[in-house]
Amino acid sequence: MSPTAEIDREHGLELLRQMLLVRRFEEKCVELYSATKIRGFMHLYIGEEAVAVGAMQALTPEDAIVATYREHGHALIRGVSPGAIMAEMYGKVEGCARGRGGSMHLFDAATRFYGGNAIVGGGLPLAVGLALADKLRGRRRVTACFFGDGAVAEGEFHECMNLAALWSLPVLFLCENNLYAMGTAIERYESETDLALKAASYEMTAWSADGMDVIAVEEAARRAAAEVRDGDRPCFLELRTYRFRAHSMYDPDLYRAKEEIERYKQHDPIPALIERLQAAELIADQDVEDLEQAIAQELEAAIEFAEAGTLEPVDELERFVYYEGAAP
Amino acid sequence: MSVAPAKTITYREALREAIREALLADERVFLMGEDVGAYGGCFGVSKGLLDEFGPERIRDTPLSESAFVGAGIGAAMGGMRPIVEVMTVNFCLLALDQIMNNAATITHMSGGQFAIPLVIRMTTGAGRQVAAQHSHSLEGWLAHIPGLKLLAPATVADARGMLAPALADPNPVLIFEHGSLYNFEGELPADAGAVDIERAAIRRAGADVTLIASGGTVATARSAAEALAGVGIDAEVIDLRVLRPLDDQTIIGSVARTHRAVVIDEGWRSGSLAAEISARIMEQAFYELDAPVARVCSAEVPMPYPHHLEQAALPQPETVVDEVRRMIGGGSDE
Repeated sequence: MSPTAEIDREHGLELLRQMLLVRRFEEKCVELYSATKIRGFMHLYIGEEAVAVGAMQALTPEDAIVATYREHGHALIRGVSPGAIMAEMYGKVEGCARGRGGSMHLFDAATRFYGGNAIVGGGLPLAVGLALADKLRGRRRVTACFFGDGAVAEGEFHECMNLAALWSLPVLFLCENNLYAMGTAIERYESETDLALKAASYEMTAWSADGMDVIAVEEAARRAAAEVRDGDRPCFLELRTYRFRAHSMYDPDLYRAKEEIERYKQHDPIPALIERLQAAELIADQDVEDLEQAIAQELEAAIEFAEAGTLEPVDELERFVYYEGAAP
Repeated sequence: MSVAPAKTITYREALREAIREALLADERVFLMGEDVGAYGGCFGVSKGLLDEFGPERIRDTPLSESAFVGAGIGAAMGGMRPIVEVMTVNFCLLALDQIMNNAATITHMSGGQFAIPLVIRMTTGAGRQVAAQHSHSLEGWLAHIPGLKLLAPATVADARGMLAPALADPNPVLIFEHGSLYNFEGELPADAGAVDIERAAIRRAGADVTLIASGGTVATARSAAEALAGVGIDAEVIDLRVLRPLDDQTIIGSVARTHRAVVIDEGWRSGSLAAEISARIMEQAFYELDAPVARVCSAEVPMPYPHHLEQAALPQPETVVDEVRRMIGGGSDE
């Protein structure tokens, strides 16, 4: 926990609500996956919630977000409704991508949520282009680009660091370092494991923050976003985190020690925030219970919405291969 | 009625006029790619545009195909109308992730929420002795991908007129410029403008056989047709113009009249566009055919450097003539 940050009750509760929403949403997803309501690949963010929640505080509705296939939390916090996300995972027309994308491809034009990209590193060039459009049109907006540590080994990462810095594009690069590229530990695939150092070599302001501490993430993200917005140049943040669950629902998690997972669970960002808020006498047990209850109701409604959703008629199979109508 | 006087123009100049017009017409349009600015374009297409429009709109990029093609996609989603130049089709392989997994896919994957009004231009084809990493025709690979539109201008009118409708299209459009055509000259009305980007064109009407070509092979087909005329065989020449989605109607309509078809394709035979067109003719016009559809494609070899081997690897008018004569049974030699 960063010792200096001031935090008030209202904001503290909101951070807690957002992290709990993501955690409980994904716990429901596991149940629904086991019940075969959700199929395909599904990647859980459990353990990493402080990263998306903290970072998202620094963004405005005009900013854009590009995320990865582990993006349920990012979409939820951005304001895509839990019902639309759940319906998407059910493959229903009421989903945020009409059910065409599924868990890995959540999209929402209304909140400028540009996916849901399941090619590691594949979202970075998109983010650079969105930022280029803003720069050419004279719009002071930030494009926040989330990606994992594994992406740092991709050529697209290096091409995009260079291009964004060279052209002074307003991209906030947010590297969610959970120490594993699927099942390969970072020291087994990176020659230099200090990822901020790599980014800094592209003449970009870059630093690392504790991704298990939502307040530290928020502070870092606000500073970085201000640099991007006002300094008209990209910025790189490495957020050191850990996923408590396996890579995906298919992963038997054989490549890391149970003790390691247990050790990181001691740094679970949700109890850590609760303890901190309670220690500062900002919240009571009842507040947490109230949040849990409200979230449980919200998720129940989301699941009902998804259950009641409709399946796209098969005769519409080939729709949306090409855009319908003129480009906006 | 006044008719604008025709002028002689090269294919390269026609492409440049089209880009210039697009930049003047819409401030959302910009050009980016390797050496498009200070160098003037690897093939000289964008020469002079940097001076006129400045470095914001004529953007030289690093040698980062994936980043700048992907940035084109992102910029298109952000409301711009980018023209991305990839130096050659071989280099687009370095950006294939962006072309396939993003440009061709995001509209569908998002349930139709996002348009990708992007144009990617690239040089294709052989004939200039630049060997096995700069000579291939990979249009067939890219034509495999739903979500893309592919254009192959073979005339100065198409070089001049395809860009504007491609930019107006809400989908990613790939334009293939055959390297042998840049110096090709043609007549163009001074007021030439947009052309359709849906239909194939019949470049020469004929009754005995349909020669189906695109881009660089249209000239091959025309030469073959002239030679065939000399032996009394009247060949129709179809310029596909649009490689995806294919204009079946024009192809099948022609074959229904001539009852014979030869597909000429600078790509390799196996899994080629020629294979696709041949299959469509079989599916849709089998009972119209007097002979099996023939294909004249590139030899299945990485393009060799020596002139004689390169020419031997490429579709030649003589090969087309031989195929047609074999198909028809000789023609008349007088």
